[in-house]
Amino acid sequence: MFKRIYAIFRARNLEFLRDRGTLSWNIVLPIALMLGLSFIFSGDRPQYTVGILQQEAEIDLNAHPFLQTRYIEFVAIADEASGLRKVARHQLDLLVSYASPPRYWVNPDSPKGYFAELALLQAETTAQIMKSSIEGEAVRYVDWVLPGILAMNMMFSCLFGVGYVVVRYRKNGFLKRLRATPLRAIEFVIAQVASRLVLILGITVFVYAGTAWFLDTRMDGSYLALFAVALLGCITLISLGLLVAARVTSEELAGGLLNLATWPMMMLSGVWYSLESTSDWLRQFANVFPLTHILAAARSIMLDGSSLADVAPQLLVLALMSAVFLSIAAGIFRWRAN
Amino acid sequence: MAAILEARHLRKEYPKVIAVDDVSFEVAEGICFGLLGPNGAGKTTTVEIIEGVTPATTGEVFYCGSPADSRFREEAGIQFQNTALQDHISVLETLEMFQALYHRHADLDHIIDECSLRELLERDNRKLSGGQRQRLLLAVALVNKPRIVFLDEPTTGLDPQARRNFWDLVNRIREDGTTIILTTHYMDEAQVLCDEIAIMDAGEIIASGNPTDLLHRQYSNAIIELPLADVRGKLSINHKVLETQGLIEIATDDVNAVLQQLSQQATGLNRLRIRQPNLEDLFLDLTGHSLRA
Repeated sequence: MFKRIYAIFRARNLEFLRDRGTLSWNIVLPIALMLGLSFIFSGDRPQYTVGILQQEAEIDLNAHPFLQTRYIEFVAIADEASGLRKVARHQLDLLVSYASPPRYWVNPDSPKGYFAELALLQAETTAQIMKSSIEGEAVRYVDWVLPGILAMNMMFSCLFGVGYVVVRYRKNGFLKRLRATPLRAIEFVIAQVASRLVLILGITVFVYAGTAWFLDTRMDGSYLALFAVALLGCITLISLGLLVAARVTSEELAGGLLNLATWPMMMLSGVWYSLESTSDWLRQFANVFPLTHILAAARSIMLDGSSLADVAPQLLVLALMSAVFLSIAAGIFRWRAN
Repeated sequence: MAAILEARHLRKEYPKVIAVDDVSFEVAEGICFGLLGPNGAGKTTTVEIIEGVTPATTGEVFYCGSPADSRFREEAGIQFQNTALQDHISVLETLEMFQALYHRHADLDHIIDECSLRELLERDNRKLSGGQRQRLLLAVALVNKPRIVFLDEPTTGLDPQARRNFWDLVNRIREDGTTIILTTHYMDEAQVLCDEIAIMDAGEIIASGNPTDLLHRQYSNAIIELPLADVRGKLSINHKVLETQGLIEIATDDVNAVLQQLSQQATGLNRLRIRQPNLEDLFLDLTGHSLRA
């Protein structure tokens, strides 16, 4: 059994590695995106961002002249802990609470926090407002977006690299030829998963290492935990690719279905922007996508220093999704085109 | 000789057509068995049911006296009519990959030489010519030292020289004792290669047996061919006369008598040809339509 799996695994790897165009695309695309984004977001944003802690009673804008200051974007923060984390990461320049007693938090290492504090104190001359300091290094956009780009690359490579290829094999009769050998469906599926897993993890580690070295990106957690998330995420995405390709015989239909699976994930799983400011139902809906859980776990490890135990809920969801996708794919798998 | 393969009452129904209708036959070990018929006769469906890649609606397949199972898959070699191979993979890598799927192994060097692939071992599958590709697909079918090999229309699309080379190759495999199941719509191919044949039309076997015996059973005569244009008016001859593709064909067991009559009714006999009946004639007689239809 293992000999057969290894034979298919090796042949698929050779096919992929010798396809220079595809291989280059898998490496060049994420690096180019990272470099482009780091260039675009290298300058300071033109305005300050101040979080206002939400309270039960509505805040009277007239009673707080600071809230009418120009060039400052005020965002509502529901949860104090999350607001403080953003101040520590320089994602908020200031966090203000108008509850009694009024207070604000600022990061003493943040230049923008310094000016936002000056603006606050100048505007709020009548109120006694208590100051607290929160320390922490800035999270740049490139730090935040890096997991998204790596996961997006993994997603496209896993879904198209497995789903599209299996449909092509089926359509051109290669699967039928394999069917006439002692190879079993489960052995073929395992070989495809293993092949793509090794190649994509290799590429992802290479791209991550290069990007981290070149852009000095942030990593607060354990590399082993991050690798575990990538490994399980890859398995889930490959399983989804196999599910899409389990019966389809047309490359055009497969392309459409794979696009249908990938584009909503790219737009709604938090690859490019945080879902925190979106509506509740959209955040709930995004949980149906494996990419949402991969990104939540990866960012939590990379930016918050979470451990594997902290991201266990996301890993559990990914494991469940993998089991469901693989079981259905193996059950409905079709060797031939008609 | 004991049957290595037996098909019993195979039937394959699709929503609007019965592709195979109660097909039964036996194949003795070590022979080349031909399944003949025009395109759409049901040959490929029949062998794919036997190979286990297409499920039959009803019927059974026995291999060495037992229902065909994993042992059959291990001991059979198969060359499909259309098979794509992986891109970016060389001839040698393709052979090695397929060989690794079996417990039984043939001597790869021997197969490479037998199929004349020695010069092509490092070549990408995509860069093979039609004949080279067919030789590789045959080699793939032999990597497990099969007891029985299925060749489905193996020479379709090959030039005449490549076809003849392929026939030599098939003959050598048979001489090694391997049983061959050949499907083809080329009657000359079947006459050269097959010890036994079954002729299929519209999903049924309409005749079977040794090709020579079948022809002797059906014909005790020769066929005289003369271009229609060389005949004056309506031919009056006491023999079976058939007009086909610009030719007059006269089946007779008295060639001298027919030649005498023809010399009086034809403008000339320079383009006259006398030949033995072949499987194509047999098929035409049995079905009333041409093999190429």
